[in-house]
Amino acid sequence: MQVSLRPSVLDPAGEATRAAAIRLGVEGIRKLRIGKSVELELEAPDRATAQRELERLSDRLLANPVIEDWQLSLSEVEQQP
Amino acid sequence: MTVGIVVFPGSNCDRDVRWALEGCLQLSTRFLWHEERDLSGIDAVVLPGGFSYGDYLRCGAIARFAPVLEAVRDFAEDGGPVLGICNGFQVLTEMGLLPGALTRNQHLHFICDNTELVVQPQRCVWLQGYGSGQKIQLPIAHGEGRYQCDPAQLEQLDGQGQIVLRYAANPNGSTGDVAGLCNPAGNVLGLMPHPERACDPQLGGTDGRALLASLLGAQVAV
Repeated sequence: MQVSLRPSVLDPAGEATRAAAIRLGVEGIRKLRIGKSVELELEAPDRATAQRELERLSDRLLANPVIEDWQLSLSEVEQQP
Repeated sequence: MTVGIVVFPGSNCDRDVRWALEGCLQLSTRFLWHEERDLSGIDAVVLPGGFSYGDYLRCGAIARFAPVLEAVRDFAEDGGPVLGICNGFQVLTEMGLLPGALTRNQHLHFICDNTELVVQPQRCVWLQGYGSGQKIQLPIAHGEGRYQCDPAQLEQLDGQGQIVLRYAANPNGSTGDVAGLCNPAGNVLGLMPHPERACDPQLGGTDGRALLASLLGAQVAV
């Protein structure tokens, strides 16, 4: 799950990092925004249920929709014996 | 009159609030541990400053699911006075009792300073001890106090008289200079400044006293 600040929200940490990148000598950085990445494993009877639970989790806890957007990528793994 | 002071793991202004209420205003208080659900006998609730649950994920994001806050939500919806100071304000926005969000200060610094605020008490029960447009000095101490909401929401909040405290000189980049907000009913107030640190002349100011003292004259609904 990727959490990013909504485009309208100022990202001072991203701006400070961009300034440091310029001091490092990396040129041409137009934009640098810092987000979060959450990895989790979930047990669910099927993909649709997993998707629904992850959406609920993302919207209610992992991200704050007032200031953040989120994106899910979901892959299925076999249950470990 | 007994004021409940919520204590989360990581709260660090809970004792300051108790000291201000008991030592300066002779009000009785009770600490409410985050796992409690019983607010019987409580006439007002304060969510103090600090770093609830280490401020993991986002400030106030984990606290929002604390059992005590289910009871606080019911208390607030029944008209009970609820005050969120600093981290407490962040918790109130995460809970959705107040709109918007508090984000990293514009220039990334943790700001520890005295600030001048302009008070518009409107119908906020906590601010009836101040005049309209009165300027007061309160300390701030935060790294994530930049109030954020979209322009339409800001206009709506302004129109409904919910922006009750504004910075005279915006220290952190808050949208609309917002330092404190109340709910439409006026019983829930969240603010980044620390009124409990401005109740004793020995601490350099007493402008926070009238805010906490409002409880003495409040018509308490629950």
